[in-house]
Amino acid sequence: MPQHTLSHLRQLEAESIHVIREVVAEFENPVMLYSIGKDSSVMAHLARKAFAPAPLPFPLLHVDTTWKFREMIEFRDRYCAQHGMKLYVRTNEKAVREGINPFDHGSDKYTHAMKTQTLVEALAELRFDAAFGGARRDEEKSRAKERIYSFRDRAAQWDPKNQRPELWNLYNGRIDRQKGESIRVFPLSNWTELDVWLYIHLESIDIVPLYLAAPRPVVQRDGNLIMVDDARMRLLPGETPQMEVVRFRTLGCYPLTGAVRSSARTVPEVIREMLMATTSERQGRVIDHDAEGSMEQKKREGYF
Amino acid sequence: MRLGADDLELIDRDVEGYLERHQRKDLLRFLTAGSVDDGKSTLIGRLLYDTSAVFDDQLAAVERDSRRHGTTGTATDLALLTDGLRAEREQGITIDVAYRFFATSKRKFIIADTPGHEQYTRNMATGASTADLAVILIDARYGVVAQTRRHSFIASLLGIRHLVVAVNKMDLVGWSEATFDAIRDAYTDFAARLDVHDLRFIPMSALRGDNVVTRGDAMPWYRGPTLLEVLEDVHIASDRNLIDLRFPVQLVLRPDLTFRGFAGTVASGVVRVGQEVMALPSGRRAAVAKILGADGEQDEAFASQSVVVCLDREIDVSRGDMLVHPGNLPKLDREVEALVVWMADAPLVEGRTYLLKCGTQSVSAEVTEVQYRFDVNTVHRQDATLVEGRPSLALNEIGRVVFQAARGMLHDAYAKNRRTGCFIVIDRLTNATVGAAMVVDRRPARTEQALRSRDAERRQALARLASRVDATERTKRIGHAPLTVWLTGLPRAGKSTIAVLTEKKLFEAGVLVQVLDGLNLRLGLNRDLGFSADERSEANRRAAETARLANEAGLVVMASFVCPQAADRATVREVVGADRFVEVWVKAPVEVCEERDRALAPDGSGLYARAHRGEIKGFTGVTAAYEEPQAPDLVVETDKLSADAAASAIASLVIARVRTATTR
Repeated sequence: MPQHTLSHLRQLEAESIHVIREVVAEFENPVMLYSIGKDSSVMAHLARKAFAPAPLPFPLLHVDTTWKFREMIEFRDRYCAQHGMKLYVRTNEKAVREGINPFDHGSDKYTHAMKTQTLVEALAELRFDAAFGGARRDEEKSRAKERIYSFRDRAAQWDPKNQRPELWNLYNGRIDRQKGESIRVFPLSNWTELDVWLYIHLESIDIVPLYLAAPRPVVQRDGNLIMVDDARMRLLPGETPQMEVVRFRTLGCYPLTGAVRSSARTVPEVIREMLMATTSERQGRVIDHDAEGSMEQKKREGYF
Repeated sequence: MRLGADDLELIDRDVEGYLERHQRKDLLRFLTAGSVDDGKSTLIGRLLYDTSAVFDDQLAAVERDSRRHGTTGTATDLALLTDGLRAEREQGITIDVAYRFFATSKRKFIIADTPGHEQYTRNMATGASTADLAVILIDARYGVVAQTRRHSFIASLLGIRHLVVAVNKMDLVGWSEATFDAIRDAYTDFAARLDVHDLRFIPMSALRGDNVVTRGDAMPWYRGPTLLEVLEDVHIASDRNLIDLRFPVQLVLRPDLTFRGFAGTVASGVVRVGQEVMALPSGRRAAVAKILGADGEQDEAFASQSVVVCLDREIDVSRGDMLVHPGNLPKLDREVEALVVWMADAPLVEGRTYLLKCGTQSVSAEVTEVQYRFDVNTVHRQDATLVEGRPSLALNEIGRVVFQAARGMLHDAYAKNRRTGCFIVIDRLTNATVGAAMVVDRRPARTEQALRSRDAERRQALARLASRVDATERTKRIGHAPLTVWLTGLPRAGKSTIAVLTEKKLFEAGVLVQVLDGLNLRLGLNRDLGFSADERSEANRRAAETARLANEAGLVVMASFVCPQAADRATVREVVGADRFVEVWVKAPVEVCEERDRALAPDGSGLYARAHRGEIKGFTGVTAAYEEPQAPDLVVETDKLSADAAASAIASLVIARVRTATTR
């Protein structure tokens, strides 16, 4: 007799697809926030599965700060063209004209102007009532309590006192559109970083090559390895780019994203490094792993 | 992730091989119930820490914090690993459940951690709704207290089948076995009032780690598994309902004129290509033409898979409808009776109207009756409190409520179906989720009545179809007559062993024979049945029907069932037919059976050991009587006879019977 059981990855996949379909069934104008990162790649992959053979019934939205890695932008355009996805790209042109950049402005100001503000304006302009995001509960201690449906008022603010209990797989998607209410939806809530990598491997999902080790020009700054991605990178006195074999664990604006030294050139090798790192940590070895990515932090505070 | 030395070796040598093996592991969701005082945060911290789900930097932060405001002296306070919520709690932010994750080589785990005292009922119900297992924490110094009863009641109410009672802080009671035993006995008495299928007790010290992930050396008297061993090994696959097909349609996919598919998640049961299904509430039928799963076309889809189902003809189906098997229908009724956990400050009041979301259906419904509420600490019924003269339910109260929906709602009883037997209650003005409801099985289903009037062919289908091959022809073709050999006796008397040996002997003698085993049936046909007297009788009836089917096909059946009641054995004889029924008593003294059980499971996890500890109720030979057969066709005494000799004796009897019958 067949077992009729699902592996943990297939279970997570089925649950995420359920959530994505539920939103499409109950909302008028959803959008998927697309950051080009590995979580976005997994989320977009799940969305395509959820509606196959029909095309994706909603567009993607990328908030472009103009400081993303070049490879990210190339990947984005190629991915959307290849799968026939409708993509909106929004940039805070006013902030660009004012010369707001990650070098001169504090990361709070930079993030707020380039990401949060841009996103909120784009959602209002295009009248989206539900926005998918790729955030996971395992990213940080305080995210552990987040709902899958996160309710936002007219100003797209999270009202912590007005979140709804979520039982079984029954999601309450009722909002007051007259009042401009909307929701953010996190279909990957129950995935861990390891699940995401395992699934990328299982499904051969395309990811930005920056996640895999390769020789890249980097400078060492405040304990981080920063890649010199274009001529706008301002080098400090004494800094000379060195070619080093590195990869990125998270992707964002290149001047703010630290690389790690690694020899993992394939997805299985990345997974091996992850598994060995946590384990050797328990055995008391010194390991090479960066603290909570600083970009991740910003993404949560403002962007998401 | 927690990895053993062999895992590390494999990852290092052949990571692809490792991934191939380990992306297949399954998922267990569990809930931890208890207050901070019981050591819940410490327990979760201990699990995360000992399974390596904690990174360097997190640990460093906790070590810093431990020195500042930890409660464990110089040791690292693992409770701080999960205490990220304290600040928010102080700011008045609602936290219902925090989810934590860890994995071992066997499973991925999701912990639902429900903090807080005041909102506990609502929080715990939320966490319990998706949990397979609950860990109920008890402080060994205080034993079973009101809170323990409340937690256990909610876990059972929300349909959690596996309870692990963690008797924590054993270090503070001198690792006393007597204390542990007393708590276990007190809890077992109380749990008899709840619907719990699988109950285990573990003495532990989360602070020191004993019996959480590793055994420790402080309690050599405890020979059962550690908490992690239970979490890794508990069998949950059969908790799902794979019998009743329920496919609530989420949305209709219609990319072009050539394709029309119904997208949804299979709530329960299995649907296969080619099968006839019925759409409800329309009652129209069609066959399944195609199933598209996450990996393309598949032959079947089972509970919890998200798929697209295409039918062979156009019938009207939309969101909120359900595809089912025509012979197995859910209830379709405007009146729904349910146990409701109320989650809002504004009370539920008789006469008010709410919106119910049940699967993919959204229906408005009036509360026509609030029958009673529970005292969650004692599980006793009480009169509902009146609001403006009407019965009501306040925040965190649980009560029994009757709803009258604006149109028929498709549903099942929660006890039978955890996906289609529940709904959430939504306030129509604020849109808030204000209640969670579990359907009670009381009223007879009216679905068939409702459908029969428009579906006359159904009645005809109930007449028995006559075969055009008669039994004599069949016997001639096969070379022998059919027979059911019913092996009855105490657990561990040797029934299954003998059944299998006899099967082999008969097969070699040219007899078409099949074993029908009680345990095996419980994995499939009888997986929805528990061990109450009624359910045992139903299991027995189904076994008898199965034996009859096999006999009608011409087979000899070797059936091994405890079947302790003479009345049940009489039923089997009647269903199968007395002329092809042989009763064999596999007889051994209960002491011998117990000794065999101990030898099989020396760690105390054997059936008899668990029955003696009260973990299995109504166990034949310990707490339930075995009614000895009065006139068996054969008795084999397995304390005097080898299994092989017993099998030979039975085989001879069978051959004599089935060959004689042929020539007759």
